[in-house]
Amino acid sequence: MKEKDNDIIEQLDGGEYKYGFTSDIETEYIRRGLDEGVVRLISQKKGEPEWLLELRLKAFRHWQTMELPTWAHLNIPEIDFQDIIYYAAPKKQQPKAGTVEDIDPELKRTFDKLGIPLEEQLALSGVAVDAVMDSTSVKTTFKETLAEKGIIFCSMSEAVRDYPELVRKYLGSVVSYADNFYSALNTAVFSDGSFCYIPKGVRCPMELSTYFRINAAGTGQFERTLIVADEGSYVSYLEGCTAPRRDENQLHAAVVEIVVLRDAEVKYSTVQNWYPGDKDGKGGIYNFVTKRGVCHENARLSWTQVETGSAITWKYPSCVLMGDNSVGEFYSVAMTNNYQQADTGTKMIHIGRNTRSRIVSKGISAGRSENSYRGMVKVAKGADNARNYSQCDSLLIGDRCGAHTFPVIDSRNSSAVLEHEATTSKISEEQLFYCNQRGLSTEDAVGLIVNGYAKEVLNKLPMEFAVEAQKLLAISLEGSVG
Amino acid sequence: MLKVKNLHASVGDKEILRGINLEVKAGEVHAIMGPNGSGKSTLASVLAGNEKFTVTAGEATFEGKNILEMSIEDRARMGLFLGFQYPVEIPGVSMANFMKMAVAEQRKFRGEEPLSTSEFLRLMREKSAVVELDAKLTSRSVTEGFSGGEKKKNEIFQMAMLDPKLAILDETDSGLDIDALRIVATGVTKLHTPQNATVVITHYQRLLDYIVPDFDHVLYKGRIIYTGDQSLALKLEKEGYDWLINDYKE
Repeated sequence: MKEKDNDIIEQLDGGEYKYGFTSDIETEYIRRGLDEGVVRLISQKKGEPEWLLELRLKAFRHWQTMELPTWAHLNIPEIDFQDIIYYAAPKKQQPKAGTVEDIDPELKRTFDKLGIPLEEQLALSGVAVDAVMDSTSVKTTFKETLAEKGIIFCSMSEAVRDYPELVRKYLGSVVSYADNFYSALNTAVFSDGSFCYIPKGVRCPMELSTYFRINAAGTGQFERTLIVADEGSYVSYLEGCTAPRRDENQLHAAVVEIVVLRDAEVKYSTVQNWYPGDKDGKGGIYNFVTKRGVCHENARLSWTQVETGSAITWKYPSCVLMGDNSVGEFYSVAMTNNYQQADTGTKMIHIGRNTRSRIVSKGISAGRSENSYRGMVKVAKGADNARNYSQCDSLLIGDRCGAHTFPVIDSRNSSAVLEHEATTSKISEEQLFYCNQRGLSTEDAVGLIVNGYAKEVLNKLPMEFAVEAQKLLAISLEGSVG
Repeated sequence: MLKVKNLHASVGDKEILRGINLEVKAGEVHAIMGPNGSGKSTLASVLAGNEKFTVTAGEATFEGKNILEMSIEDRARMGLFLGFQYPVEIPGVSMANFMKMAVAEQRKFRGEEPLSTSEFLRLMREKSAVVELDAKLTSRSVTEGFSGGEKKKNEIFQMAMLDPKLAILDETDSGLDIDALRIVATGVTKLHTPQNATVVITHYQRLLDYIVPDFDHVLYKGRIIYTGDQSLALKLEKEGYDWLINDYKE
């Protein structure tokens, strides 16, 4: 990887958001706004069973009684929930995502441009991809290979149709619709997402990955991901996200639920690169995401996230350590530039005995951005010998940005050992001078220093994505140093 | 190679360099000595382009080009190397990776092809031997957890990697024990050729036992007040600066 650092920095282009193009794809929209009729319409479009419609309606009714959460350290402009289109799907799509030939060539070109080839022979070695455009899943690769091991990896719509018992058993079991404002909204209107089931004792032989793309204007994206790792299984999962450059703000409210059964292990990595808005803070995605996993006995869940996109990020991937000896981990790099705002962190809920958790959060703020870490470590009464180690570092670039940390520790058990370390630093003039004196430009130097700072987290990513993430950090920083 | 004429520089409204004149030719070794606070390190910083200082008057050319107009990195790529008195730490960035980028920038500037990974690794091995630098250090983060001696050896290792035309070594000898001093100084001597030049800034004569300067300058209150040869350093070691600077005291 050392060799690659350099290649990456050399490859940097003008520093513009690279994925800001729009694709001219015939898209089917439903009417703007949200009411029961729209919820029913989405369910009908997807040909869903009655129980799921009931769940959606329950969520919708509950959502109507809820207030927008305002506790985050974010300045959120008013969002008109009636001015959003809740369902948009590329037309011409075959109901059964089958061979590549079935896919609209323009759609295929879009994913090619994003570096996500949908032809399996071209796909990244050892990575199966579920590609989601606007509200629907476009194609899932390597399905057959995975099926040989009994692994189910498909779009949520297919899962509802083909594996209704599994979906019904686990959907909403980790993040209930009543959990928060956005989880209620998501449950009411989610259109697609990925579903993954790893059977007992199976080690998934390849990385599974979902790639989310918002294309249509005026729409929101509400995807739902459910991962179930059965006893003793293992899977590494990655999601990536991009969106076109638009002047308007678009809403993205996803829910990710992970069930890690006894002795199983799940690694969930995110490289979030939604359009962040322009230099002056115009446009960009509002990203309100609820991610949570439950760990049963001896299970392990590890979240790794690299957050560089979105105008607003509100996201706290969490672990409920229910089973004894279970382990939760959270590794995060959150970078904000220009007028971006991020309020992100995690919750580690220790319920079982001998549960352990580890939090490593690296915030990077540049421009006029605001970057907050918000974390909660909770130790329940019965969680004997719980252990947590938290490390929250903030790096400031320039003098107009902000970094904040809001750690909360709530321990009800005196045998718990909880450690918290925090640092705040700046890229110093001396460091830049030193790098410049060795012939590096300031921009390359900042990219290098930031990547070094984030290394501990980047190292947790699967190889291909670590390289991608390094590149992304450097690009997102461009223009941040006068 | 380097021509400095009447160079003035200040930090804030405090003038530190007050008319430096210096000419360094290929093949020469210059030593700059002088009491604390006389502007030695500032001179090195200003020539390298540190923006902390403002040049208020004078000229400095390197290889015929006005370097005062050039960016820090272009001066470096042209072959001006500064050995730092206090090298900084860059956590998480390995020395090998750092050098790979630096070497690549320099080669690009010279219009040379980039080195392959194996060529680069060979170069690293060869050059780390010059200062007996433990090869393990190059895989560690830039100077993080390096001892004082290792940091200085590491500066000379970088100099060897980048093969500069002009190396300005800012108190490379400070804080070194006798063995490390010998290794560092011998390393510098090994790197000296008729095509390049070295300027060593030092407090002590002992470095000059190994690195024999052609010229020995005394800098005081922002000016070079005296230039001699190596015997000057010996005299200074014995008698101090008083006999020289008395005339200049205000």
